[in-house]
Amino acid sequence: MKRGGASMRLAGLVKKEFLQIVRDPSSIAIAFVMPIFLLILFGYGVSLDADHVPVALVAESHSADTADFFASLEASHYFAPIRMTSMAEADVALRQGRVNAIVHLRENFAERLRRPNGAPIQVIVNGVDANTARLAQGYVTGAWGAWLTRWAGQRGMDLITPVQLQQRVWFNSELRSRNYLVPGLVAIIMTLIGALLTALVMAREWERGTMEALLVTPATMNEILLGKLFAYFALGTGGMLLTVGLAVGLFDVPLRGSFWVLWVCASLFLLAALGMGLTISTLARNQFVAGQIAIIATFLPAFLLSGFIFDIDSMPPGVQVVTHVIVARYFVAIVQTLFLAGDVWSVVLPNALALVLMAAIFLGITWHKSRKRLD
Amino acid sequence: MSPVLEARNLALAFTAGGRTIQALDGVSFAIEPGRVTGLIGPDGAGKTTLMRLAAGLLVPNAGSIHVLDLDATLDSLAVQAALGYMPQRFGLYEDLTVQENLDLYADLQGVPRSQRAERYGELMHMTGLAPFTRRLAGRLSGGMKQKLGLACTLVRAPRLLLLDEPTVGVDPVSRRELWVIVDRLVQKEGMSVLLSTAYLDEAERCAAVVLLHEGRVLDQGPPTAMSARMVGRTWAVTRPGQRNRDMQAALDGQPGVVDALVQGEHVRLVIAADSDVAQVLSHAGLPQAQVRPLPPRFEDGFIDLLRRSVPAGSAGRNMDAAVGAGNAGDGPVIRVDGLRRRFGDFWAVDGVSFQVQRGEIFGLLGANGAGKSTTFRMLCGLLPASAGSLQVAGLDLRHAASTARGRIGYMSQKFSLYGNLSVAQNLVFFSSAYGLGRRAQQERLAWALAEFELTAQTDQLSADLSLGYKQRLAMACALMHRPEILFLDEPTSGVDPLARREFWQRINALARAGVTVLVTTHFMEEAEYCDRLAIMAAGRILATGEPGAIKLLARTAANPEPSMEDAFIHLVEGNANKEKAA
Repeated sequence: MKRGGASMRLAGLVKKEFLQIVRDPSSIAIAFVMPIFLLILFGYGVSLDADHVPVALVAESHSADTADFFASLEASHYFAPIRMTSMAEADVALRQGRVNAIVHLRENFAERLRRPNGAPIQVIVNGVDANTARLAQGYVTGAWGAWLTRWAGQRGMDLITPVQLQQRVWFNSELRSRNYLVPGLVAIIMTLIGALLTALVMAREWERGTMEALLVTPATMNEILLGKLFAYFALGTGGMLLTVGLAVGLFDVPLRGSFWVLWVCASLFLLAALGMGLTISTLARNQFVAGQIAIIATFLPAFLLSGFIFDIDSMPPGVQVVTHVIVARYFVAIVQTLFLAGDVWSVVLPNALALVLMAAIFLGITWHKSRKRLD
Repeated sequence: MSPVLEARNLALAFTAGGRTIQALDGVSFAIEPGRVTGLIGPDGAGKTTLMRLAAGLLVPNAGSIHVLDLDATLDSLAVQAALGYMPQRFGLYEDLTVQENLDLYADLQGVPRSQRAERYGELMHMTGLAPFTRRLAGRLSGGMKQKLGLACTLVRAPRLLLLDEPTVGVDPVSRRELWVIVDRLVQKEGMSVLLSTAYLDEAERCAAVVLLHEGRVLDQGPPTAMSARMVGRTWAVTRPGQRNRDMQAALDGQPGVVDALVQGEHVRLVIAADSDVAQVLSHAGLPQAQVRPLPPRFEDGFIDLLRRSVPAGSAGRNMDAAVGAGNAGDGPVIRVDGLRRRFGDFWAVDGVSFQVQRGEIFGLLGANGAGKSTTFRMLCGLLPASAGSLQVAGLDLRHAASTARGRIGYMSQKFSLYGNLSVAQNLVFFSSAYGLGRRAQQERLAWALAEFELTAQTDQLSADLSLGYKQRLAMACALMHRPEILFLDEPTSGVDPLARREFWQRINALARAGVTVLVTTHFMEEAEYCDRLAIMAAGRILATGEPGAIKLLARTAANPEPSMEDAFIHLVEGNANKEKAA
């Protein structure tokens, strides 16, 4: 009897993978529900900008100057000021967490404002949430400077400032954190599909005994692996398109670089992620362990150490070294550049090269470790 | 003709958790073409390892295995292209339909598209799956899954078919149907089949058997040759006015006794080759018992071989100490009336009623999914009933579930031991869970270690015990608080026949001491050891009574001495016909 060859076997395997993806609720959850959840969360929910920071305003005596200064704070959308009559009251409010900062003007504020050595204002910040505290501090300083310049100008006085600040924000002029969080999500979502889902479905084949049945067919190990790669590559590409589409269409994130460069780099990253998923499945043959390893070794690092949320340059030197083995790091750098700055080849090329290397390493390990044996 | 499979001095050891297990040790045998060869042995005998070696999935430490004149280890791809192999769980994708599973395996086996329609037709006809091609494999019953697994293995007719425990967990009707299919494959297509099983009664259906025990070949040849050795050594012993169970206890462990089993209305006695039956009986204090010769079975030969290395023990000698103080009084200890339990719109248990007397061994016999375990969980107060009444030890489970649980010992299918605790720690934990004080605990611990012969294993982790020892420990844990009633859920699945006999010796001793025992099983054989039993299918009881009476239900002119399996199939098929008519 004439027998069909490798192409028939591969087509059968790929078809099987797609049928399983469509029928299995956990695949749907990881491939479609999680990405949409993350997109909505990061698109609408999470913001690293401080807005409407509650601030207590305390003036020990009221004058036109204090009223004018407070009015300028109230006009700013950075603050949600609450006027209070005494420091004691403001102190309680800060301790209870009702305000994040106190702006305190002394009794002699108006009088000292006109003296050569100037008037001090006291700013007390709740340092528990260090990030918001730093932002609140900066905003108050900025607001104070702006008010002072205006105040001096109105009175025809020269404010002696030897250095003039001319500030320009490049690439993300509105300083919207969404603009760099949402593109970074491509890396997270592709890690979910490429590493976590792939490791889980491979482990499931071992657990349910179907792998044993596949191994005794004429299909080679390479064909079995290629079938998986093919199906989950397609699924990962779908996740990428979904994220990019929603980022540009729904969240108004600009895509300044070339879409095709993004596509190529995403494919490289996806190969590396699939390589990690398959490598994990050669180590762990039950779904629980495979899931644990995939989350700890791929998903969490992609979240925390890739520069997706936390800037790598501000991490401690030791941690910075570690980030070099995190595949997502290279891809996050590429995505953020392509979306916000454009095709900056000096960033894209070296990072893409790193992705090629990582993909080769992980796929190489998989190829090397997977034999048509059970032991 | 040259053999289709030949193993020479095969050896393979695994290391797991710092322990080395010699799965196979110097195994040699050959399989002749065109017939069914049975690979027979209990769990852990090395059957699956041998199958995997034959399929080129494992590499032996020593020796060689040739399949269809190819070296299975060096030439594994060629071997895999030539043979058909069905692994233990059938290798089906549960989220694919019957048709999609077939298509996948046809693609993998390279069956040309032009030939598929015809082949599928044959396979569906043979397995009776034609009406279900669009159903998901996960939604099939155990028996149908097994047949689909077989069909997938057969999409391209192989010259050699390897079936790894195809009949485990499958109801007796499907088991019979599988054998019909296998026999036809051998006769019509000239296929060679190697089939592994832990059911000793299946050996008699094979043309040849290889008997494996603890990684070694104990015997090989036609099964009739093995039972022929036992001719003149198997007897039915009866004595009016004496309970079979007491006679069995008297015979167990006596010189010249190889095996003594309660078999419905008589005790089945197997004696040593050089013994005389009258002498054996008088030695056991039963000189007046009546004996008649019985035809030997395959299992007799197996037990005889095993007894040469493992002499009969003294299990169950101290069971009186297991009995609690509350074991006085008459009347039924368990009363179940109109019990029902629903899961969604499916009635897992649908109107079950029975009563169990004190000191009785009552069996629930049924295939997987018949509702046995659900009934059990309700009796233990682990699952509330949807309808009906339940009384255990005089207590209504609806109101006093936790008090009732204190009087019940429960041993679950999976033994429920803490694998990372030692034997002694497991025993102490279970006794403290039942509220035993420190002194009582020490006393019970000493009793359990002695009665269950676990003294040498006291400090061993229970995960590292062999299956037979795990079973002993699980039973000891269930008895620590001296329960009046013992529930045993599939207690002997997979353990070897000697461990099973020892286990039943203990059960019998408990019953003699007044403990009421309720046991579920899917082994037809074991049903014979019960005083009374209920046969369950699809959530209902089809028949209740003594084993002998139940067997009589299937008596016909053609089959004057039906087995328990005959009776079971008769009842299940009768029920199915009734439902079809209704």
